[in-house]
Amino acid sequence: MSTSDHDHDSIRERDSEATFGDYGGQYVPEALMPALQELEDAYERYVLNNEDGFMDEFRERMRDFGGRPTPLQRADRLSERYDREIYLKREDLVHGGAHKLNNALGQVLLAKYMGKERIIAETGAGQHGTATAMAAAHLDMPCEIYMGRTDVNRQRPNVYRMRMNGAEVNPVDAGSGTLKEAINETMRDWATTVERTHYVIGSVVGPHPFPKLVRDFQAVIGQEARQQIQQQAGRLPDSVVACAGGGSNTMGTFHEFVPDDDVSLYAVEAGGSSLQIDEDEGVAPNSATLSTGTDGVLHGAMTKLLQSEDGQIVESHSVSAGLDYAGVGPELSHLVETGRVTPVNVGDEAALNGFHRLSNLEGIIPALESSHALGYLEEQHEELGDLVVVNVSGRGDKDLETVLEETETRDLEAAPDVEVFDS
Amino acid sequence: MSDDGQPTTAAAGSDIEAAIRENHPALITYITAGDPSLEETKAYVEALDRGGADLIELGLPFSEPVAEGATIQAAINRALEAGTTQEGFFELVDELETEAPLLVMTYYNMILQYGEATADVGPFVERAADAGLSGIIVPDLPAEEADPLRTACDDHGLDLVFIVAPTTEGERLDRIMSQVSGFAYVQARLGTTGARGDVSSATHESLARLAEYDVPKAVGFGVSEGDHAAEIVEAGADGVIVGSALIDIIASSDDPVADLEAKAAELKRGAVRGGESLTNDVEDAPEPEQP
Ligand SMILES: Cc1ncc(COP(=O)(O)O)c(C=O)c1O
Repeated sequence: MSTSDHDHDSIRERDSEATFGDYGGQYVPEALMPALQELEDAYERYVLNNEDGFMDEFRERMRDFGGRPTPLQRADRLSERYDREIYLKREDLVHGGAHKLNNALGQVLLAKYMGKERIIAETGAGQHGTATAMAAAHLDMPCEIYMGRTDVNRQRPNVYRMRMNGAEVNPVDAGSGTLKEAINETMRDWATTVERTHYVIGSVVGPHPFPKLVRDFQAVIGQEARQQIQQQAGRLPDSVVACAGGGSNTMGTFHEFVPDDDVSLYAVEAGGSSLQIDEDEGVAPNSATLSTGTDGVLHGAMTKLLQSEDGQIVESHSVSAGLDYAGVGPELSHLVETGRVTPVNVGDEAALNGFHRLSNLEGIIPALESSHALGYLEEQHEELGDLVVVNVSGRGDKDLETVLEETETRDLEAAPDVEVFDS
Repeated sequence: MSDDGQPTTAAAGSDIEAAIRENHPALITYITAGDPSLEETKAYVEALDRGGADLIELGLPFSEPVAEGATIQAAINRALEAGTTQEGFFELVDELETEAPLLVMTYYNMILQYGEATADVGPFVERAADAGLSGIIVPDLPAEEADPLRTACDDHGLDLVFIVAPTTEGERLDRIMSQVSGFAYVQARLGTTGARGDVSSATHESLARLAEYDVPKAVGFGVSEGDHAAEIVEAGADGVIVGSALIDIIASSDDPVADLEAKAAELKRGAVRGGESLTNDVEDAPEPEQP
């Protein structure tokens, strides 16, 4: 008799709370399952039910420390250029320079309420790492950040920013030394230290409940924007546009608008230099997961992925480090599958032009990630209706070195002359 | 270990449990297929089989091995750089004729992607059964997500081995133990795979916690020497699982075939020694099961 002849009572009814349609779930090593259950419980008590005034404290700290609410600003020159009303949600004005703090502060505070003693996080370009280091310093929690060796070398100012805020930065040598490897290594640390450590994941990715938890901390973007546009323009927008890497600024902006059927939602991914996958090299010169990916499991969730036919995850690429990821949040995969969110993409060059155009026309230097949303606006504004909200997820000071390099080697229509400093 | 086209029945799934009970206390070895090439893996598997392995786990390499420590990560990288594919892996298994039953250890995405349709576990399990594999271990598939794979494994007579961690307790432990087939993979310590210099206290606690369940228990994560094997069997395990220590040999030995065979023999002797001291000093030693 085979022991596999046991009866088929499931370990639990497949938890519909853990999934978005066919996507999501909890594909993690067994050692982490109790921690995910503990986190589910904390999510329900503190975030959903505001137990012990958790959400009140979170909002208060996001106001006093984080600088919320952020403005929704009418972009006068862009509105003129595109002959429609363009509004910018100014997440670049959040403390730290990006929407990342909304999530990082929420999770570090939650870890504190849960009695955890130590914070770990992964970071790619260093944006989530810096936000987490700031939040941990603010809330007096020890913090360690994992960062791929390649990223450590090309993002030195961010590495130092994290250390200035008291975080330890651990370089990860595996693979290509970028975000994917940093996530793997943070999961390994968590599997070792799970009893007293909380993993502050940096986007709406990972196993349940992270995609919901991160979304709910980021949802303030859309909650504010939806109210603000009604006050300022007197109605809901025709479309909302946000860039998508893992998709946290995206879900944060969209969540409140999802029930508004007449509002079109556009997730702009990095088209990189090409949409093809090179199977032999295991490389995709893009990060257009929602547009071109196939279903599979990565970092704890069923979602759309950039992978080879044999099931290996491929290296993604984008001029913007924050979009450079081979996966995407499971809820976005689901919303794309149901047709509620439209996945689109623009390449490196359109993003760089978007960067320069906003700097030049509006006096706002956007992050290269956000510049993808602006690149899409330039290309497809005619499809977007008369009233458009674009999320400016972060500011671009961190990207100046990349932009200088890229601008020198390309012929960008929207860029000023780099040679201007020559004698 | 091809089954020569014999119909697969549920009985094939009992290979694993039988191998543990008949060779009690059992030695279970892990190496990564394709490290450094599939031909060499074939020779290594045969060496382990000769040396005394009672079950052999073969790793099918996946690019994101989150449960693995540095040693097995490096082995997986070498295997992927050597161009190891799913089909190449199955062809290796087709050719192998070992006494020890074979299991595949891989990550869930690999199982989902095999075959034409994406996100379907059926083709992988069918091919695994055809190749003569006896079971599957998936380190990133907790029992909560395992229903589709378990159904496919039952249909094709394969065992699905679950991992029990130091953090697995209470009701979840009960339910996992009631669903385990083949054996329960007892994770000796929190963290990732990798050879260690000692046996963790968590191992003793876990085995004590599991003593009441009538399922074979094998301990892995950190076992590297015959003396560890002895201590773990003395603590109540039915088997020991060794991986990283073997991969260290593959990565550094001048004669890996001979050294793997010798290492397997050392580990098996250690396990047997642990079993003997148990029968000698402990009154309530478990009855050796007859097949
Ligand atoms: C400014 C900014 N926008 C967007 C992203 C992409 O992340 P997500 O897709 O999770 O919003 C990042 C990531 O680092 C970022 O720094």
